[in-house]
Amino acid sequence: MTEHVATNETILVVGGGISGMTAALEAAETGKNVVLVEKNPALGGRTSQLYRYFPKLCHPVCGLEINQRRLKNNPRVRVLTLAEVSGIEGSTGNYTATIRIKPRYVNENCTACGDCERAVEMQVPDPFNYNLGQHKAAFLPNAMAYPQRYVLDPAIIGSADAEKAKAACKYGAIDLDMKEETIQVKAGAVVWATGWQPYDAKKIQPYGYGRFKNVITSVEFERLADIHGPTGGKILRPSDGKEAKNIAFIQCAGSRDENHLRHCSRICCMASLKQTHYVREKYPEDGKSTIYYIDIRAIDRFEDFYQKVQADPSVSFVKSKVARISEDEHGNPVCWGVNTEGYKRYTTPHDLVVLAVGMEPSVKGVDIPGHIVADSSGFIEADPANGAVFGAGCASNALDVNRAVQSATAAALRAIQVVNKVAKAEA
Amino acid sequence: MSANTAVAEKYRNNFLKEIEEQVEMGDWVKMCMQCGVCSGSCPTNFQSAWEHPPQELFMMIRAGKREEVLTSSSMWNCTSCYNCIVRCPRKLPITHIMHGIAEYAHRLGMAPKLQPTRFFSGLFWKNATKTGRVNELKLSMGLYFKDGLGAGIKEGMKMKDVALGLMKAKRLNPFEIIKGHACKDQKGIQAMLKKAYEIERSRKAAKVAG
Repeated sequence: MTEHVATNETILVVGGGISGMTAALEAAETGKNVVLVEKNPALGGRTSQLYRYFPKLCHPVCGLEINQRRLKNNPRVRVLTLAEVSGIEGSTGNYTATIRIKPRYVNENCTACGDCERAVEMQVPDPFNYNLGQHKAAFLPNAMAYPQRYVLDPAIIGSADAEKAKAACKYGAIDLDMKEETIQVKAGAVVWATGWQPYDAKKIQPYGYGRFKNVITSVEFERLADIHGPTGGKILRPSDGKEAKNIAFIQCAGSRDENHLRHCSRICCMASLKQTHYVREKYPEDGKSTIYYIDIRAIDRFEDFYQKVQADPSVSFVKSKVARISEDEHGNPVCWGVNTEGYKRYTTPHDLVVLAVGMEPSVKGVDIPGHIVADSSGFIEADPANGAVFGAGCASNALDVNRAVQSATAAALRAIQVVNKVAKAEA
Repeated sequence: MSANTAVAEKYRNNFLKEIEEQVEMGDWVKMCMQCGVCSGSCPTNFQSAWEHPPQELFMMIRAGKREEVLTSSSMWNCTSCYNCIVRCPRKLPITHIMHGIAEYAHRLGMAPKLQPTRFFSGLFWKNATKTGRVNELKLSMGLYFKDGLGAGIKEGMKMKDVALGLMKAKRLNPFEIIKGHACKDQKGIQAMLKKAYEIERSRKAAKVAG
């Protein structure tokens, strides 16, 4: 699978989330050759881990499915999964990337029948569910994984379970001798679409994430609401499995804070407004959401979404950034603060607290090959000094899915222009 | 014209600018985004409750509520625990701003006269600068008698056992009431203080005139 004929007219796309998929497809559909590199075993990134997207509250299955179909039909995109770029050398029109590919232990013969999963017993943490649950060590990364092919966790290799998985496979798809390999890929332009990671909520010490079980992050809440998640779509609190009906959402958990992330992460207000819908959907009778906020930033066209949530009697808004969280004797997280409207002090217990954590660019603090110019938050800037390495999606800014797609299309266009020049020069 | 009316005239209808220019660290006030973390983090705020927590004071400054801010006892309640500074998402030096506003109100003669912190600060300063050493007996007695003779005796009686204990442990000398200990170079310390006063007075006068 390493025989790729990549030239200076190839576009390398790093990251296979919604932005990377979009950039790769847009470029490939204009006739360019693209290599798409994804570090996880499946494409889709953080988008695939959402329960629904705003504003239409559709499931990500829909948008991703279209892209997956485009990918399947397009021979110009070569997808490398479990692959990471470890170095890029060269300059505009002439880059060489070094890519490290981790072993999957499952080859192209896999039909995703699931026999290996049934055969093994070992359980490992499930990163798709933010480690809230476990899955078998022979697993399909998620229900709509692309490529639709199983993976063996490295922990299983050398155990009796690995042999059981191999024996169970009717198609000879399991290859326990796969080794890590390093390949070189040539490219004329690079689109860096490595996305974002949720800010490490443990660093926001007064909120007690990591100390109090019933304080979770917004990305974890997405998994709780999802039918494929660790609770099968029930909103249950982690400490005792009790139904969480009185839920607090804390905005700007990490964002807009000089001690944490300087920037506004843009999506968190909308994400929490969206998540109040989950509460009402799961507990239509007595679900209750409280949003603690500094000011709601329902960016431009989403103001009407905000107004609809405001009109919902099960949702209340408290204009205050919570100062700290404690835990009472029933394991309820208690929010402490002062409401800016009237300067009233409150100490309010909830069943569950959801921290609307900020977006941190995945590239922050990472030594991006090629000395990329980034802003003070670590997002890649559109700077001529970056040559033909272009940031796309959340590697370039805090964006929602819609804007990430726009940003990726723009990056693809820039990359296309570079390889067009290369093609002209070579002709 | 008193110092107060002079500055009030100078900054008419622009109290924020007055605070920015006259109060130490006052130029930070405009950076507040009213999130409320300072108020929520304030340990004194959840017990006796200030009249105006820091974030409200900042808003009042912007709203030009000069009289209410400067005569308020709120900023005098700050215990300098620094919780607000540590947590402020905009990194405002809130503790220092509170002390700055308190000092400014005091300088203009607008601070509440019998506010315990202000009263104690004055008492402490007078006590310490007199001889260059703090006379603890006179200092605590001075605070007890703040609200009159009757209240002072009552307060003193309440603390009687503590005082006796301190005497037993030789941590309190009853004869301090007569004269008290002092530092060696009395003249030197007074000269230093005089110079310091002079420097500060000229600096503040320049600020008001500026």
